[in-house]
Amino acid sequence: MEGHTRNFTEIKSAKFDDENLETLTSIEQIKVENLVEKCFDRIEQLSSMDNTLPYFYRKEHIRFLERCLRFLSTGYECLDASRTWLVYWILQSAHCLNFKFSYEVLGDVIHFLKKCRCPSGGFAGGPSQLPHLAPTYAAVLSLCLIETDEALEAIDPEGIKKFLWSVREENGAFRMHVDGEIDVRGAYCAITVGRLSGISPQNKLFEGTANWIAKCQTYEGGFGGSPNLEAHGGYSFCGAAALALLNDVSTVNLKSLLRWAVYRQMRYEGGFQGRTNKLVDGCYSFWMGSLVHVIQMLIEKNSCHDGYTINIDELMFHREALQEYILICCQKPHGGLIDKPGKPEDLYHTCYTLSGLSIAQNFNSTKQPIVIGNPDNEVLPTHPLYNIAPKAVMKAYFYAQQHPIESEEDLVGCTKNQHNDEQNPANGQKENEGNADQ
Amino acid sequence: MSDSSDEEFNEGYVMYRHRREWSDVHPIKQNDGKNPIVAIAYSERFLDVYDYFRAILATQEKSERALELTNDALKLNAANYTVWQYRREIIKALKKDLYEELNYIADVIEDNPKNYQVWHHRRVIVEWLNDPSEELLLTEKILDLDAKNYHAWQHRQWAIETFSLYDNELAYIDKLLSADVRNNSAWNQRFFILKHMGLTLETVQREIHYAINRIRLVKNNESSWNYLKGLLESGDFQISQFPDVEAFTEDLYNSGNRAPYLLAFLVDMYIEKTLHIYETNSYDDPEIFARKVYEICDMLANHYDTIRYKYWKYISQKFRTEKERAKVGPNNDDTPANEEATNSEEQKLNGEAN
Ligand SMILES: [Zn+2]
Repeated sequence: MEGHTRNFTEIKSAKFDDENLETLTSIEQIKVENLVEKCFDRIEQLSSMDNTLPYFYRKEHIRFLERCLRFLSTGYECLDASRTWLVYWILQSAHCLNFKFSYEVLGDVIHFLKKCRCPSGGFAGGPSQLPHLAPTYAAVLSLCLIETDEALEAIDPEGIKKFLWSVREENGAFRMHVDGEIDVRGAYCAITVGRLSGISPQNKLFEGTANWIAKCQTYEGGFGGSPNLEAHGGYSFCGAAALALLNDVSTVNLKSLLRWAVYRQMRYEGGFQGRTNKLVDGCYSFWMGSLVHVIQMLIEKNSCHDGYTINIDELMFHREALQEYILICCQKPHGGLIDKPGKPEDLYHTCYTLSGLSIAQNFNSTKQPIVIGNPDNEVLPTHPLYNIAPKAVMKAYFYAQQHPIESEEDLVGCTKNQHNDEQNPANGQKENEGNADQ
Repeated sequence: MSDSSDEEFNEGYVMYRHRREWSDVHPIKQNDGKNPIVAIAYSERFLDVYDYFRAILATQEKSERALELTNDALKLNAANYTVWQYRREIIKALKKDLYEELNYIADVIEDNPKNYQVWHHRRVIVEWLNDPSEELLLTEKILDLDAKNYHAWQHRQWAIETFSLYDNELAYIDKLLSADVRNNSAWNQRFFILKHMGLTLETVQREIHYAINRIRLVKNNESSWNYLKGLLESGDFQISQFPDVEAFTEDLYNSGNRAPYLLAFLVDMYIEKTLHIYETNSYDDPEIFARKVYEICDMLANHYDTIRYKYWKYISQKFRTEKERAKVGPNNDDTPANEEATNSEEQKLNGEAN
């Protein structure tokens, strides 16, 4: 389905009004709006001659990814402890673009990820480093994205389980590494890699986790990194997605979470900010866009329980406006995507801006995607909870089911093993309704 | 610090492989395999330092020279958590002066204020020393450069909470909010302090006035509105308990102000009023408030907050359902009104762009 672009002249009335009281926040906000306005003004003229605009630099983005998968400049030294992330960002971006790397290349990727695997379980950011939850998450998602048995076998669920126990706190929170910091990322990464390697959300490993996460919800509605911290887009995604994966939303205020989440979409720029009164940033296209999707899943799940439904068959943020920000303001014509106009491209922003584009285009599995500009601008769907190919999630679940590692005594108060075979992981809304009140 | 480190690195700097005092160590190359993936074009110096770091990690050497080596490794990549972890082990083994380490990490934080590992290291050292006397000052220094630095706020909250340093925090927050009333991190900090003090009716009353005075300054400021709303919700109070708030927002509206946050606040207030009338079986006419809810939701969807048009339509429909439910009473589970609301065509959100 063709999306309608907004009227770029009309929406100028939505630009920031500082009410004649300049502060640092308003000055920076207005500066960014002016940068965005330049991009919008230009496209408004060009699209009057060519109605297939805005253009999507698909080939250029693919070339950027192919180059990066082999070779990165010295500037990436600061990510030397996050190399499994570099792999994940590239593979997930390639998935969105529907680009397949050759089997030989993917074989090399598996080989490299195995080198990052630690003897004590879990993955490190690079060879001969210590295991850490974030690179473990990135490595497991990468292996799932490759989808082959060889890749899935390399996950080593027993090792994952051992590692998760070593970073679990008594209250259900997770440290990022042994003796490392505690925050919501930890809980999200733990439940994610746990589920993809066949550990049930009812496992004792996750006892108390949902309650700990709920404590991170703030008076604004979003989640902070830990209790009392400011509501933040990345942590809010982690919190809500973790609760969905844990099948436990009883403890969270969905109404204020939804309000806070939809408020993060910028009324002029169309993209998302990550916190109240901060600037728009391409990467929040995924964190916030997907968060809205996840909240809608949770609301629907909840309404099944109180017998109280309202139809939400549309994604609650402005899907066209987000695509406009991404396509008009966040692309480098030589490949790669960015935070905001004037910034250099990098793999992190390429991955999460493309994933956000996918969230904006593909919501309802029974409806056509909504695509701005040329129909060729369409990208493949992504799983809103894991941010990998939905099919990859299904394959990982299936593989884990064939190779179980769990025993009955691992589970909390369960007489029978309620496993998590989502029928259709693409349609996360139907996920595990039977388990929801465990 | 950056000046001296540049000097150290550029002029008198000698590669580890050329240092006589390191000649007994066999450097270990990174094992990336035959066909490397995401291979970073490391500088000569980076390779040299990390080859030696891998060597001491393998032999678990904990010595002065190993500690110095971690300095160089962290200068090249302050995000390497393995190096930080090993550095802490060395410090413990050598029983180093922790105050010296505190100075060192303050310098590193100033160079890398948005890095998880450096702040975590700071926290561990402060815990070992059990001395938080520098923490407020350090975080203020960092917040001077960027008043919304998330890591700095996290560290500050941790110090305040762990060592009970609440006393002068409200004054500091006041200073920040006078400089930038739109600084949401400062508003969040205020809520954190208030929650600690206890959200009694008296405190909430006072804070409501604090928020309202700042809304008068700039109406179009989401931070102050969120704070106001948060106070009312977290204290489990009803808006109707605070006639000042009602008067203030309605006056603002009647004076012609259409700030979207004001309109959203009014929507919440009128929803609460309508449902309250039904729940208490009061004789007031709920439809007066209900009409206002629909009207303002429409205004938001069509004029003042068009980016969220779908959200405001959803709020409007949800209210309709809730109202029907409240009408029937709480004990009636399967209300026909419910089904009607779900199936009716006009209840569906349609995806048309505005
Ligand atoms: Zn970003």
